[in-house]
Amino acid sequence: MTYGQLPYDIAHMLGGGVLLFSFVLLYQRRITAVINAFAMQGALVAFAAAWQGVTQDAAGLFLTAAIAFGAKAVAIPLVLRAMVRRLDLERGVETALGIGPSMIAGVGLVGLAILVVLPATTGVHALAREDLALSLSVVLLGMLMMITRRNVIGQVIGLMSLENGLLLAAIGAAGMPLVVELSTAALVLVLAIVAAVIALEMRERLQSLDTHALQDHRGEQG
Amino acid sequence: MQAFIGILTQLLHAALILIAAPLLTGLVRLLKARLMGRRGPHPLQPWHDLRKLLLKRPVVAETASAVTIFAPWVAVGAAMLAALLVPSFARGMALAPIADLILIAGLLALGRIAMALAGLDAGTPFGGLGAAREMAFAAFAEPALILATLSFAIIAGNTNLDAIAGAFQDGAVGVRVSLALSLLVLLAVAVAENARIPVDNPATHLELTMVHEAMILEASGRHLALWDYQASLRLTLWLALIAALFLPFGLAAPGAGPLAWALGLAAFLLKMGGLALALAVFESAIAKMRVFRVPEFLGAALLLGLLAAVFLFVSTGLA
Amino acid sequence: MLTALALLLAAMLLLGLLAPLAAATVLGARLLYTGTAAGAIGFALVALAALLGGGAEAAPLPVGPPWAPALLALDGLSAWFLLILGITGTASSLAALGHAVGPQPARVLVPWPLFLGGMGLTLAAADGFTLLLGFEAMSLASWALVAADHDRAENREAARLYLAFAVVSAACLIPAVGLLAAGPRDFAFAALRDSPPDGWRAVAVLALALAGAGAKAGLAPLHAWLPLAHPAAPSHVSAVMSGAMTKVALYVLCRILFDLCGPAQPLWWGLPLLALGAASALIGALRANLEGDTKTLLACSTIENVGLVTIGLGLALAFRGADLAPLAALAAGAALLHALNHSVFKTLLFLGAGEVLQAALSRRLDRLGGLIRGMPWTAGAVLVGVGAAAALPPLSGFASEWLLLQALLAGWRIGEFGVQISVAAATAVAALAAALAAAAMVRFFGLAFLGRPRTPRAAGATEHGGPARVALVGLAALTVLFGLLPGPLLDLGAEAVRLLSGGALATRWQVTGLSAGDGVARYLPLAVALLLALLVAGLALGLRRRSPPGVVLGPAWACGFIAPPPHLPLGDPATQPSAAGLAQPLGRMLGGAVLAAEERVTMPDPGETAPARIESGFRDPSFPWLLQPVARLRDALATRAERLRDLGIRQCLMLTFGLLVLLLALVAMLERQ
Repeated sequence: MTYGQLPYDIAHMLGGGVLLFSFVLLYQRRITAVINAFAMQGALVAFAAAWQGVTQDAAGLFLTAAIAFGAKAVAIPLVLRAMVRRLDLERGVETALGIGPSMIAGVGLVGLAILVVLPATTGVHALAREDLALSLSVVLLGMLMMITRRNVIGQVIGLMSLENGLLLAAIGAAGMPLVVELSTAALVLVLAIVAAVIALEMRERLQSLDTHALQDHRGEQG
Repeated sequence: MQAFIGILTQLLHAALILIAAPLLTGLVRLLKARLMGRRGPHPLQPWHDLRKLLLKRPVVAETASAVTIFAPWVAVGAAMLAALLVPSFARGMALAPIADLILIAGLLALGRIAMALAGLDAGTPFGGLGAAREMAFAAFAEPALILATLSFAIIAGNTNLDAIAGAFQDGAVGVRVSLALSLLVLLAVAVAENARIPVDNPATHLELTMVHEAMILEASGRHLALWDYQASLRLTLWLALIAALFLPFGLAAPGAGPLAWALGLAAFLLKMGGLALALAVFESAIAKMRVFRVPEFLGAALLLGLLAAVFLFVSTGLA
Repeated sequence: MLTALALLLAAMLLLGLLAPLAAATVLGARLLYTGTAAGAIGFALVALAALLGGGAEAAPLPVGPPWAPALLALDGLSAWFLLILGITGTASSLAALGHAVGPQPARVLVPWPLFLGGMGLTLAAADGFTLLLGFEAMSLASWALVAADHDRAENREAARLYLAFAVVSAACLIPAVGLLAAGPRDFAFAALRDSPPDGWRAVAVLALALAGAGAKAGLAPLHAWLPLAHPAAPSHVSAVMSGAMTKVALYVLCRILFDLCGPAQPLWWGLPLLALGAASALIGALRANLEGDTKTLLACSTIENVGLVTIGLGLALAFRGADLAPLAALAAGAALLHALNHSVFKTLLFLGAGEVLQAALSRRLDRLGGLIRGMPWTAGAVLVGVGAAAALPPLSGFASEWLLLQALLAGWRIGEFGVQISVAAATAVAALAAALAAAAMVRFFGLAFLGRPRTPRAAGATEHGGPARVALVGLAALTVLFGLLPGPLLDLGAEAVRLLSGGALATRWQVTGLSAGDGVARYLPLAVALLLALLVAGLALGLRRRSPPGVVLGPAWACGFIAPPPHLPLGDPATQPSAAGLAQPLGRMLGGAVLAAEERVTMPDPGETAPARIESGFRDPSFPWLLQPVARLRDALATRAERLRDLGIRQCLMLTFGLLVLLLALVAMLERQ
């Protein structure tokens, strides 16, 4: 498969779309918009998995797609939105780094990901190489989002977008066992639950979701 | 024969664009009004407005200079020339050899600077405010356009619009991430260049939120007609540019006969109608952003353009 | 040809020596400026002859250093830059002649011919020693001119900083030439060319040449002196410093890196030039948008344009390294054309700013305004220059920036991923700088010439005819001409392009316009200008019947602007945009990140009658990152050196003795090799 062939092009576009939404996540200021963008990214990852299921003719990937869609595009955003409403968080997200610099850093990270992936995968199929570069970029951008957001919800979304990148890499590799995918999906769900609990606790005890506030309470007990 | 066909299509194209430009503005206004539950003006209304304005002698501020008188002509000339270069229904027009994307960017800059100078000419506060903001936005929009051009230049090996449209029409390019990113870049730049929501509001009546309108507050009569006409031309030019690059189907090949032209014309009208509808829906659905949020918007477009180029480097390196 | 050039150089020296006699009278000053104008015309004619008829081989002068006679030569590259010097020098001398209405002090008159002559000598030199001699003569003479108006503290400060940078520049260039000459043990260019440096010596030459010539050309991060020194000099000197001196520095850079370092350089040599050029372009263009002084603004725009030229040179080096000679020719052509175009329109703009200073007695944008009414000729000429600086078609600036962008857009043909990304980023920065320059030029013209006068002096400004107007109109005509005929112009510089692109025969440029290669994009400025004129004329004719002729004058509307009070016949100047106001959007959007621009609002307490104040400012990054650490280092070294004064006689002798032994050991070591 290479350029000009429809299966490849569509897989490529979906991967590019996931990456684009990583940038949208970095770009948005309002927390509801961030959640929407995350939902869109989850849906795109699910479509990418389904499309790989079609081209690779693997039924397991459809299951992955369904789980990804249900969890990332529907359930988690709904929960997050409910949380935002409950905690009355309708104001903007405070970024530790400005939008412009974090976008520039994002482009730099994508360049880095490509520089790392291309030499490391010489001889591998062109499709896999570029998909790997895309996925690594999404992972790095997720990490960038985690460090540039002060708000705990922003950080959680960064983490889950990071996992989207991992999933994107996993579905690109033909013959990935289903168990691995299921376990990562479960892991993410657990992570989301833990994060939600922490956020609620933080809110109750510190009256803030700014993780910077935790700094002052290091070493405390009880 | 080829030369003759080129000249003929060029003349037909000129007539089409020059007549259709105000109609497009009217169409977008009508569609927006309908989407908002109003009846809206007739699409011919901009033409009536132009005729009425032309009949009035312009009132020029005592503090203004010759710049106010000449600037609208320069801006209209630049917009007309740029609009003549963008293919509508056929490729291979007589001016195709000079239809270079960088030249089009330069002509747009010429019109913009004429407008900014006219805004500063009378020495009024709003004119200066609009000029400063317009030039600041352009500082982000122009490099974004150049980076989109970079992607096209890598894919088509050329910055000539006609050649790029031809390469895209042949379909050997395929669907690419870079192209999708470039489309987003061009859309963002088009929104900013045409002073549309969310960057600027073409229908605003509040001076402090104006950018584009603030510069022509002092214009009246014939001058205002010229400014309005060039704004319509720019909108048409941008939509035609996007249609020619990303929806190249239906474009008559160089040297094709009248039948292909008719087909191309129908496709062109369809594409422009679709784009006008998309613009109206987009503008109705979204709120204008703060002035100092615009650089983030356009800066994001700039970086997406860079990203598109980076992905092209990867894929050309692989090929 | 070389004889004529040598005679011209001697005449410049003679003029400098005779200048003290001319200082006493008006006639003397006029004669001197007429002389330098004639000499500069001679430079331009010699350059044209060399460009048209092929260069001249190196020939010895009857004078020179003890070891060998000084050599002069004129090839395509030096002739191209000599043409720049000739045009700029002629126009500036004419402008100075126009303003020589009273006796001029000797400190202004003496260095002026020496300055022009020093630049001419640098360009004509065919051996390292003569090159350095000319370069240092140029530096010293221009320092004297910067310091000419020394009763103002800021000018003294500027002159001091300028001298420091000139010393740095010399301290880098002299070792660079020394390293080049170390191999062949000869200073003649022909000998240097035959045994180019290699290994660490080549890298050291690259670094030293970049620092030495870059400091003179105003490349970031060594640009801090330029916005201070160029405005401090008299206007005609500022014009030559921006128009020609920076180009002479670029010539030295080209000569060392492209010519004397041999025919082949590695690919990565282009990258430092690309990076420094991009940084200069961005910082210069952004600063030009924030400055409140006309000449400082223009000086910052010079930094930007020098950056663009350097980007072109870096690309040419990279393409040479990648064996893409036709593309190297494209990039080199862009750099050379932009150097020429910039020198013409920047000279025009500086001379225009000089006229404004003469008529309105201020360089501050906030004290000007509405000058287009009192000074229509100046305003018209400056408008042409502004259009070229803003890269508007069909003027000259657009032609060269079009070529530069085409070269940048072809940068991906260098196969290496890292280089491709760097070139793409440089493309973005170059386009950003071009758009920022346009904004700066709109601000400059809009504040100085349009709107209402901000001071009574600006309201009463009038202009003079005479040689100064001839210079302005001539330069504006050249700007239009070069914009319409870039192809023949580049044909004239074909030899220089060949030299820079590493031997590739430049593609013949068409008379009608420029082309980025076979079957690729073309730019036909004549056609564009013609079509623009036709369209506007056709529309005007078509509308003549339908629209009533003429205009009606009325008070400005401004959304309900009330008539000005009687004591302010021109309206309150504060009700129109100020320099800081026009700078605000870009200052906030980009200034914070690049130039640490900030705004402070001081609100009075409730009930207080004091006005609220907003203060805005910015800081060039080269001050905190480069100059201040260097100054601290200097202070530390000085303190350390102070201790030497307390040494006893025995210790002093020991120092001398130790040094002697060390030197002897060095000699012994060198002789062993």
